[in-house]
Amino acid sequence: MAEDTHATDGMDKTAEAPGMPQLDFSTFDNQIFWLVIALVAIYLILNRIALPRIASVLAERKGTVTNDIAKAEELKQAAVTAEENYKKALADARAEAQEIVAKAKADIQADLDDALAKADAEIAARSAESEKAIAEIRAGAMDAVAEVARETAAELVAVLGGKPDKAAIDAAVAERMKG
Amino acid sequence: MAEEAKGAEGGLEFHPMDQFIVKPLFGDGPVGMFTITNVTLWLALAVLCVYGLMVIGTSRRAIVPSRSQSIAELAYGFVYQMVEDVAGKDGVKYFPYIITLFLFIVFANFLGLIPMAFTTTSHIAVTAVLAMAVFLTVTILGFVLHGISFLKLFWISSAPLALRPILALIEVISYFVRPLSHSIRLAGNMMAGHAVIKVFAAFAAVLAISPFAVLAITAIYALEVLVSFIQAYVFAILTCVYLRDALHPHH
Repeated sequence: MAEDTHATDGMDKTAEAPGMPQLDFSTFDNQIFWLVIALVAIYLILNRIALPRIASVLAERKGTVTNDIAKAEELKQAAVTAEENYKKALADARAEAQEIVAKAKADIQADLDDALAKADAEIAARSAESEKAIAEIRAGAMDAVAEVARETAAELVAVLGGKPDKAAIDAAVAERMKG
Repeated sequence: MAEEAKGAEGGLEFHPMDQFIVKPLFGDGPVGMFTITNVTLWLALAVLCVYGLMVIGTSRRAIVPSRSQSIAELAYGFVYQMVEDVAGKDGVKYFPYIITLFLFIVFANFLGLIPMAFTTTSHIAVTAVLAMAVFLTVTILGFVLHGISFLKLFWISSAPLALRPILALIEVISYFVRPLSHSIRLAGNMMAGHAVIKVFAAFAAVLAISPFAVLAITAIYALEVLVSFIQAYVFAILTCVYLRDALHPHH
């Protein structure tokens, strides 16, 4: 094959480089042959395996990053919504609490008014009753005084030697009592 | 190799170009087209590195990437961005070809930085094939997409009419110089750096200047690391620029 034609070149060249080995044309076919094989091999390796793989990895990563960012955005939105809801709930609760307080106050006031009115009424009733009782007692006392006065008058009359006249005594006592 | 030669002579001898010799991996025979040579070995290692980074490195397909997957994604994103920015949106469908070139050159360059390694991209045969592939693809693509109006690339309508023929001539010349500069830039950079390191390595055997030489090797090595990446980047971005010309020939 090609070995025969380049035999002499090959022999004297192995010992020492005469000038530039780059310009030794006898080795060109060898270099070119192996270079073409190497380049084709690299091209096939890259084009068939490596480049599609790296492209898919990069695309996948880009997708993942985009998704993660979108997810983060979503989560942030959710957090904002949650915060809003929380604030709203808080405000609602506060308003409700205020309402309850107001209502309780109103209830208590109503109860208090009721109780006061009832107490007033009771007090009025009691005092009326008491007054009545006092009036009764007073009346009873008057009667008793009149009786005592009559008896005392009768006794006095008897002691003084007179004959007690019941009707006259009664009239005199009544007369005195009136005055 | 340089060390052996120097030892025999006893004096200071440079063989900075020996590292670029293409030789059979097994035996000492001639180098034929299908001979397995050191070129084969280091090309295969480059392919394995690409496989390791881009396939094994990404095998877990993790959403949160591991270190190797990060690097693979970084390389992907870097080249993709470059193609999109330079060649335009419609250039994106040629992205697999450009990342193939880029990753091959990056790994070939970096593998060449391993001591005792063979740098495949320092050979004009390799870079010329890459550059010619780009040149032919871009030219054919231009004619397929735009037909004969692709030639308007050379006819700068915004220039004064009198200047256009001269500009067209310059444009045509610069267009055909592209593959040459494209390939020699890469091979020249790689070759020069490695040869300089080798020269300093020979100096390191001389006691008086050996600390300086070792320091210089370190410094140049660091520079070469930078150059390795930058040249791959330059090659890829120029490919994108040429591709843009093919896709949008109207200035």
